[in-house]
Amino acid sequence: MLPVFEKALTWWTFFKISINERLVYRGDFIIGTLMRFLPTLTQIFLWWAIYDAISTPGTADSATGPDQDIQGYRYGDMVAYYLMVTIARAFSSMPGLTSGIANQIRSGEIKKFLIQPVDMQACLLMQRIAHKLVYYLIAALPFALVFWLCGDFFIDGWPDGETLTVFFTSLILAFALGFYLECTIGLVGFWFLEVTSLTFIYMLMNFLLSGHMFPLELLPESPVNIRGIVEFLPFKYLAYFPAAVFLGKVQGAAMYWGLLTEAVWVLFFIVTSRVLWSRGVKRYSGFGG
Amino acid sequence: MGFPVGPRLLVHTSGIYTLEMPVIEIKNLVKTYRVYQKNEGLAASITGLFKRDYRSVEAVKNIDLAVEEGEFVAFLGPNGAGKTTTLKLLSGVINPDSGTCNVMGFTPWERRNEYRRRFALVMGQKNQLWWDLPAAESFRLNQHIYCVPADRFNSTKDELCDLLDVTRLLNQPVRELSLGERMKMELIAALLHQPDVLFLDEPTIGLDVVAQHKIQEFLKYYQQQRKTTILLTSHYMKDIEALCKRVVVIAGGEIYHDGSLDGIVDQFSGDKIVTLHLSDSSSINDLRNLPNVIKVEEPKIKFRVSRDHVGEVLAEIFKAHSVDDIVVEDPPLEEVISNVFSAAERQNYSSQNHSSDGAARV
Repeated sequence: MLPVFEKALTWWTFFKISINERLVYRGDFIIGTLMRFLPTLTQIFLWWAIYDAISTPGTADSATGPDQDIQGYRYGDMVAYYLMVTIARAFSSMPGLTSGIANQIRSGEIKKFLIQPVDMQACLLMQRIAHKLVYYLIAALPFALVFWLCGDFFIDGWPDGETLTVFFTSLILAFALGFYLECTIGLVGFWFLEVTSLTFIYMLMNFLLSGHMFPLELLPESPVNIRGIVEFLPFKYLAYFPAAVFLGKVQGAAMYWGLLTEAVWVLFFIVTSRVLWSRGVKRYSGFGG
Repeated sequence: MGFPVGPRLLVHTSGIYTLEMPVIEIKNLVKTYRVYQKNEGLAASITGLFKRDYRSVEAVKNIDLAVEEGEFVAFLGPNGAGKTTTLKLLSGVINPDSGTCNVMGFTPWERRNEYRRRFALVMGQKNQLWWDLPAAESFRLNQHIYCVPADRFNSTKDELCDLLDVTRLLNQPVRELSLGERMKMELIAALLHQPDVLFLDEPTIGLDVVAQHKIQEFLKYYQQQRKTTILLTSHYMKDIEALCKRVVVIAGGEIYHDGSLDGIVDQFSGDKIVTLHLSDSSSINDLRNLPNVIKVEEPKIKFRVSRDHVGEVLAEIFKAHSVDDIVVEDPPLEEVISNVFSAAERQNYSSQNHSSDGAARV
């Protein structure tokens, strides 16, 4: 058989097995999905209080909500932003990937990827895609329910087809970026064995600089221009960028530039993780018996 | 010490001499680990943040070994002797500091796919199967990883499952299997691609006697059928007695003995164990005072005699006493091996004390 075909068959089997493995935990999944929206709910209430405090008295109860805007975000935009960020993060977040790789290095389980004629990153990628697909399948219903209930917050309605295309592309790239970025951090485990602190720093940066916590427009520009710096970091593509595209905060050429930059970051982390892998394996001395 | 390296004359059972290259050929292999040293206590932990002391441990120093096709070789040695390190080097998990190694024409640590499709490593303490899924799914995955054609895969799988009697367990999640059943599945997973070389690192560790025996029987049969070259490490003498004609004793990272199991007993045990069944109970009291009596259990007495003097001592006894039955045997293998290990470690210590640049041991 053709080697390429053989390889594809391996990935396909791996993919199917990962799906089966994932379905073992279906109960855990449904609860996890609903919990995902809880933090968003508290943020919606918090922003309600903020908008209410700065708005003209009395307008808060009107159909469109409070009449003030913050950095171009009306109250409805703010709620819609958080909902869209939840979507973006459903693609870009990779629970357990970094720690999983680091643990495998420390425990010596990584050996199987050295012994068997199979590529670790490809395996992990297949596994991740399978997990995500199962997740979307199960999460589709609760997601649809929440978005239907919150439909009114999308004040400007659905974006046009072009924006939607860019939006979906940015989601796919967000998945790839999240995957290779976390892979890279996990592979640092070849040098440090323990990457918990590194993971923690990454989580913190991700939380603040990806737009997960609040829209990046709210970041200060002085005395240090954090808003400007964030433009040069990969984090914003994990949450802010797809949401901003969907809500029309990024338009026209800027939209495509963003997409291109995102792709370059993906490429950067693919190459970095590859280099770390080949260097790390040489360094690896087979910890753990 | 060790077998001559390079092409050599091979005696086949048929008695025909042929010239062959060894399947595995190791020359001057050296692997040193750097181990972080930390003293006890908080102060030492804080110092450790800034300045770390490393000690190098020579896990494998200068190993030469040649293994012919179809040999079943046991690696024996105390914990930390370098057995597992050698297997790791052979399977390409780690790179050596120096030396060469050739397995079926490949250098293991280049990790070429062509090589990786032709060997397997089974570690008794590690599992490669998918924990939450039935073994059948892990097998299927291995089929594709190793590019095994479907018909060959099915027949191999059926045969192996049949031999190990696990067919009915194929569709049960691996986490629900017993340790013995899981080990059998691990073996099957490793053999599905019919490797030419198989490395087994303590495959029977933690198993009960029945499961151990079953796996021994299986390995023996499999090796005879397929003539796979197998390297095995184990701490169970029973495994080694049952399976391996050739035993390589490794201690302190060096090969200490390479030869047959009987050879070890001859070389390292100067004693025989004699058990006499006496017809007269009064004889027992006379013989009680013999040097090195192990056990007295009337009308039997068991004692240890140096090999050179067995005849002499027995002749004396026959003169004075009437004996119903007599057994002369080698000391238990465990005991012999433990002597070998201590001797090897003593030698290792003294050689280290002589060399000034040797790694400092704590």
